[in-house]
Amino acid sequence: MKLELRGITKRFGALIANDDINIKVESGEIRSLLGENGAGKSTLMNVLYGLYQADEGQILLDDVVQNFKGPGDAMAAGIGMVHQHFMLIPVFTVAENVVLGNEPTNKIGGLDLDTARVRVREISDRFGFNVDPDALVEDLPVGVQQRVEIIKALSRDAKILVLDEPTAVLTPQETDELMQIMRELAKAGTSIIFITHKLREVQAVADHITVIRLGKVVGEAKPTDSAETLASLMVGRDVDLKVDKKAQAEGAVVLSVESISVLDERDQRAVNNVSFEVRAGEVLAIAGVQGNGQTELAEALLGLRPTIKGSGDIKLQGVSLARHTVRKRLEEGIGYIPEDRKKDGLVSEFTISENFMLNGSFTPPFASGVNINFAKRDEISAQLIKDFDVRTQSAETPVGKLSGGNQQKVVVARELSRDVKLLIAAQPTRGVDVGSIEFIHERIMAERDSGRAIVLISTELDEVLALADRIAVMYRGKIVGIVDANATREQLGKMMAGITS
Amino acid sequence: MSEKLKPAAAESGSRSNELLREIMSGTPVRIGLSALLGFVIGAIFMAAFNEDVVQTYGTFWSNPLLTFQLAGETILNGYGSLLRGSIFNPMAPDVVGMFRPLTETLRLAAPLIVAGLGVSLGFRVGLFNVGGTGQLVFGLLGVTWVSTRMEMPWGVHLLVALIAGVVFAAVWGGIVGLLKAKTGAHEVIVTIMLNYVALNLFTWFLREPNLLLEENGGGTPKSDPPALTAQMPLILGDSFKLHIGIIIALLAVVTYWWLMERSTIGYRFKLVGHNSHAAKAAGISVERTYIWAMAASAAFIGLAAVNQGLGESGGLTTSIHANIGFDAITVALLGGSKARGVLIAGLVFGAFKAGGPSMQIVGVSPEILGVVQALIVLFVAAPPLVRAIFKLPKKEIV
Repeated sequence: MKLELRGITKRFGALIANDDINIKVESGEIRSLLGENGAGKSTLMNVLYGLYQADEGQILLDDVVQNFKGPGDAMAAGIGMVHQHFMLIPVFTVAENVVLGNEPTNKIGGLDLDTARVRVREISDRFGFNVDPDALVEDLPVGVQQRVEIIKALSRDAKILVLDEPTAVLTPQETDELMQIMRELAKAGTSIIFITHKLREVQAVADHITVIRLGKVVGEAKPTDSAETLASLMVGRDVDLKVDKKAQAEGAVVLSVESISVLDERDQRAVNNVSFEVRAGEVLAIAGVQGNGQTELAEALLGLRPTIKGSGDIKLQGVSLARHTVRKRLEEGIGYIPEDRKKDGLVSEFTISENFMLNGSFTPPFASGVNINFAKRDEISAQLIKDFDVRTQSAETPVGKLSGGNQQKVVVARELSRDVKLLIAAQPTRGVDVGSIEFIHERIMAERDSGRAIVLISTELDEVLALADRIAVMYRGKIVGIVDANATREQLGKMMAGITS
Repeated sequence: MSEKLKPAAAESGSRSNELLREIMSGTPVRIGLSALLGFVIGAIFMAAFNEDVVQTYGTFWSNPLLTFQLAGETILNGYGSLLRGSIFNPMAPDVVGMFRPLTETLRLAAPLIVAGLGVSLGFRVGLFNVGGTGQLVFGLLGVTWVSTRMEMPWGVHLLVALIAGVVFAAVWGGIVGLLKAKTGAHEVIVTIMLNYVALNLFTWFLREPNLLLEENGGGTPKSDPPALTAQMPLILGDSFKLHIGIIIALLAVVTYWWLMERSTIGYRFKLVGHNSHAAKAAGISVERTYIWAMAASAAFIGLAAVNQGLGESGGLTTSIHANIGFDAITVALLGGSKARGVLIAGLVFGAFKAGGPSMQIVGVSPEILGVVQALIVLFVAAPPLVRAIFKLPKKEIV
């Protein structure tokens, strides 16, 4: 089916999220929507899916103007959407999930699961999905769950499929499989809109690329264009994606983790007998697919989460941290960039200045006795805003009003301005624009070069390969192996799936 | 995915709009509008059910003017007498009588202000302290013991009684924080239960001759009057009942402002209140903060106990708590939990208390003020409703 978005404008108060956007997608085409977080991609897709109504402009399917009042209308017209966060019920089977909201019934109005099964099997076979209709969704790997979402859309005769950041949760291998599926679907005539900010994927799978910046279409590109060209279009200026990694003499051991185990919220062993060492002037990356224990490991290092009694020890410069509180560990020189900055790293309602003193409220320079030293605080905060290029009108702006990239710069600035020996950086560039990624990477490398030890926890292989001196791969709570930085993408991908050779 | 929206064209042509939004999201205007709405609805109630007005309903269609005229008179009368009873009474025979309403407002506002500060402190830390009554009453236990069972020189006696009230209340509140921190018990449930415990404990103490019952007392639970050395000194001489409670309240407002806006303690209180996860990652013990915050919240309420216990020259009964613990919640809400806001809100509700009786004299039931008071707070607590009624712009999507 042919899709045309004609002059779509969507405003939220004074903000223009989409500004006169024109896009034409031909039948059977894979169209990539490339743009930074906040560029307006998701808003545009929500307009297409009927979740928002456009203030101006039209949606045309096969040259017929559509008027979607809600997602129901959009679905009926043949638009399917796979959200970044799956809308599946874990305790239902695949077949049950697929027909949910659109259940086939038998003569007396009962649920006709046989028809549902047949439908799932038919779609699954046609595109080589390899999905069992009777499997419980909660037992399936994430990549397969995503296929269930796609089957769900296809079973409602979706002719246009929107995939919103579909690879964020996948291993490299699963990503490859998804791309294969996308190609099959396109061959069968389904149009696909693929939303992402990952250049590599765009280059691999898209037929055409539309780049969106600040709510506007800023250009079309071909998948054969270089990554630098695409990134520059996205950001609006030249971008250097390479990180300068200097050779470094081997430093003394700063952090040593000796066979620790950690429980998660559900009392499952999230970290299982993990050991590693990090030296001064070294970046140890902990790679792995989201949810393999990295979060719990980071929290255990800072003391937010206890290690299991009797399991090993964490030592900072040879001193056991077992009995040290979070505050003590921070004071002893651990810097912490949490993976979820909004939850653990910032107070959105607080101003930028107030956020700079988050973990410094006990001691000078921020405190003088029990009083806040406002003069000193404002001085420091002006300096940090300048040094770390935080884009804001004032230091008194609530942090929640900043863009993701600038919020992250506030966290990074705070942690790096403290005199730390060890920096734990968990997903330091998640949800951050390309320009800020570049900047944050540079700062982290500068810290490495100045002799600090760095634990980089990241699910982005590009980031891991760019920054790390050594790479530890985590899978189901264990470290599968530690390799050096010239490991190949394929090798790491296998390790991330738990395969050791 | 939560897409952040950037102000693509925020500069052009929307500055006035921006300004309007700033003003409207600012609490003073919204609270002003809420108050207006509360008084308007109160006026409708007052007029619609006034005896004289009701009698004209039968002839409404033939003579609607009469109904409206009487309704208008009722409203003017009612609110007019409220002003005369709470601020200035030009009809009084002498100067003292003219200014007495204002001093009464100040006197009655004092405990509301300090207790309002206490509840506000809880709000800022993310704690809903509905235990004001219990903390006040437990504080009274300490105050009454010191003021009726001990003998001390003038000045010292008052000071010791004051400290006793604050400490007793703080301990009672601290227990709540302790239970919340150690067992995860919700402070609303715990404070409600402790209200009953404290109230009954106080009644029991007032009943027992060897505890707090007045000398030669009978079956009614009532204490001796506080010793003269412990009573709050009057400020404006014997013609007015106004005592130093209002000065203590003003000092408390300044202390609260310093604590919440200038000190690192208040900074950490607010940090825990906004985001306890971030507080933990910043090395702050959330549990300990809950305990200290509850104790500090209750300490301010303890000042209300001091005010109640030492501000009267008669003996105390259980009704001395005067519902201040609950009124404090409305004061805190109306005042936006800020020092200045609480001061103003306390004065407004103090005026309601002072002006109620004179409304009754002109035949308007003072309960209407309770309705107005509750409505104002309801509107403050339901900003979207107010925005909808006045067609104010929606809050920015962040």
